[in-house]
Amino acid sequence: MVHTDVTTAPPNPAPTTAPAATPTTLRFAPGRILAWAALIGVVAITLFPFYWMLRTALSNGTTLATGGSSLLPVDFTWGAFRRVLGLATTEEAQAEGGSGTSVEFWVYLRNSVVVATLITAGQVFFGALAAYAFARLRWPGRDAVFFLFLTALMVPPIFTQLPNFLLMRDLGILNTYSAVVLPFFFMTPFAIFFLRQFFLGISSEIEEAARLDGAGHVRTFFRIIVPMSWGPVITLALLQYVQAWNEYFWPLLVASEREVRTLTVALGVFRAQEPQGNPDWPGLMAATLIAAVPVLLLFLAFGRRIVDSIGFSGIK
Amino acid sequence: MTALAPARVGAGPAAAPPRRSRRETWTALAFLVPSLLGFVLFYFWPTLQGFWLSLTDYSFFADTSFVGLDNYRRMLGDETFWNALLVTVEYVALNIGFQTVLALGLAVLLHRLTQSVVIRGLVLLPYLVANVVVALLWFWMLDAQIGVVNQVLGALGVDAVAFFGSEDWAIPTVAFVNTWRHLGYTALLIFAGLQTIPRILYEAARVDGATEWQMFRRITLPMLRPVLALVLVVTMVGSFQVFDTVAVTTAGGPAEASNVIQYYIFDLAFQRLDYGYAAAVSVVLLVILAVIAFVQLRLARANESDLA
Repeated sequence: MVHTDVTTAPPNPAPTTAPAATPTTLRFAPGRILAWAALIGVVAITLFPFYWMLRTALSNGTTLATGGSSLLPVDFTWGAFRRVLGLATTEEAQAEGGSGTSVEFWVYLRNSVVVATLITAGQVFFGALAAYAFARLRWPGRDAVFFLFLTALMVPPIFTQLPNFLLMRDLGILNTYSAVVLPFFFMTPFAIFFLRQFFLGISSEIEEAARLDGAGHVRTFFRIIVPMSWGPVITLALLQYVQAWNEYFWPLLVASEREVRTLTVALGVFRAQEPQGNPDWPGLMAATLIAAVPVLLLFLAFGRRIVDSIGFSGIK
Repeated sequence: MTALAPARVGAGPAAAPPRRSRRETWTALAFLVPSLLGFVLFYFWPTLQGFWLSLTDYSFFADTSFVGLDNYRRMLGDETFWNALLVTVEYVALNIGFQTVLALGLAVLLHRLTQSVVIRGLVLLPYLVANVVVALLWFWMLDAQIGVVNQVLGALGVDAVAFFGSEDWAIPTVAFVNTWRHLGYTALLIFAGLQTIPRILYEAARVDGATEWQMFRRITLPMLRPVLALVLVVTMVGSFQVFDTVAVTTAGGPAEASNVIQYYIFDLAFQRLDYGYAAAVSVVLLVILAVIAFVQLRLARANESDLA
């Protein structure tokens, strides 16, 4: 952590780093310029498709082909957003290259919010309970059970999802929120490992002190452990929310009907329709934006937390 | 699977009074009830059931009977299965190859140039967006007629390429799209590894007049090997399970050119209603992934002479 001041350094190759590094920085100046160019190139390739998504979503489908690679929306219109949200009339939609049937991404947006929220709430709460039992309580067989939970990470999801589909069918809950949520709701190995790691790091003296004051484990958990771990808990919730939001395979199996269809599944269905011989590109891009925006908003609000969570510290 | 280190034992006094210890066991059990329920119901039991299904001819409507290893025997002569395996391996090789090299480069750039969280956040962005969104976005950008990439290629005098629509290009295209999505994430994993390398090594090397390339070869790469091994396990295991991108763009086509193994399993189970056989193919997938994880971690450990 020698160069802590570099954190706020502007992204340019000018030798503005710590004085000690100046001679070497100058010697490698051409290399550094090249390196910065490469980095800026990567960022540009990362961001351009997002811009193109927006540019297309604001274009008119019938004239889109004439626009070529123009950077601005072709024949600017809000029509694509209006028709995927079911706000446009059939005539309006068809006039701009859309389909006549009504598309209601409001419904799918609602479904995704409900499903991702329920999954996250369950995983974080139950995961924290289990992590506490693994990290702070002593009981026979603890390490064996923990190892068993670990093995669940080794099994590819599709392997358990085939039998789980049959279970949902036998329970008669296909095409309900329950079916989408249940397999993820009570337990995900990652949540338990993630929180266990943080709970292990909490000083046991605080816990002992609480116990001397007569607090039981339940009280200690809710009054001391959880409040001391808000940071990791929020990070975990963010990661699980994004993952649940983006899940495609499982909802594709159990939530094909419109009433419970999530955004990812709806996008697949929408893409398969080609109303006027071609896909409704502006409509499709407007719909993908609607699916992407909530995640992008979370990222704007909590970006640093998400970035910092990536690494092996929580897992290794 | 990266957490195989033995669980740390609680640091409290070892000789707790027995009565308190028994109460603690009951408390632990109470805390674990939901997770145990979830584990048994949705992980453990379905895993057993998956193996069992693979030994039956289960389909949704007909009666089920035990068929022993018939499904596995059938696989030996199933050309679609072998094609799926081949196509998946091709995808994994392309995807992991590009992604790992590019991510290593990007991680080193980030490490040597800047500590900016904003830049790290920006390169991570595609990873946070759903596979399906990314797939459809590139499906549009790579459209053979009016996609922007082909427009630009056309301006440069290159003939239009049917990226998703041709047998030769389908798999490389899917591999590219997923490389775009995972590049930043993989780079940040490697970046986290880079930060554990003591800076003083680089400073000492610079005093000795080492070039950036020499430092990369002699310091970064050897020190990073254990981290790279873990990254490879995680990314390869994920890569073998490619599905979303294929499902919304090519649906396995054209002519099964992108019929990857997980798509084939899905197709068998839910379109051809050949559930028992689908389960058998998923057993093969499970075994492949277990072998990959085992071999790679073994190899990594055999070489673990560095400071790790």
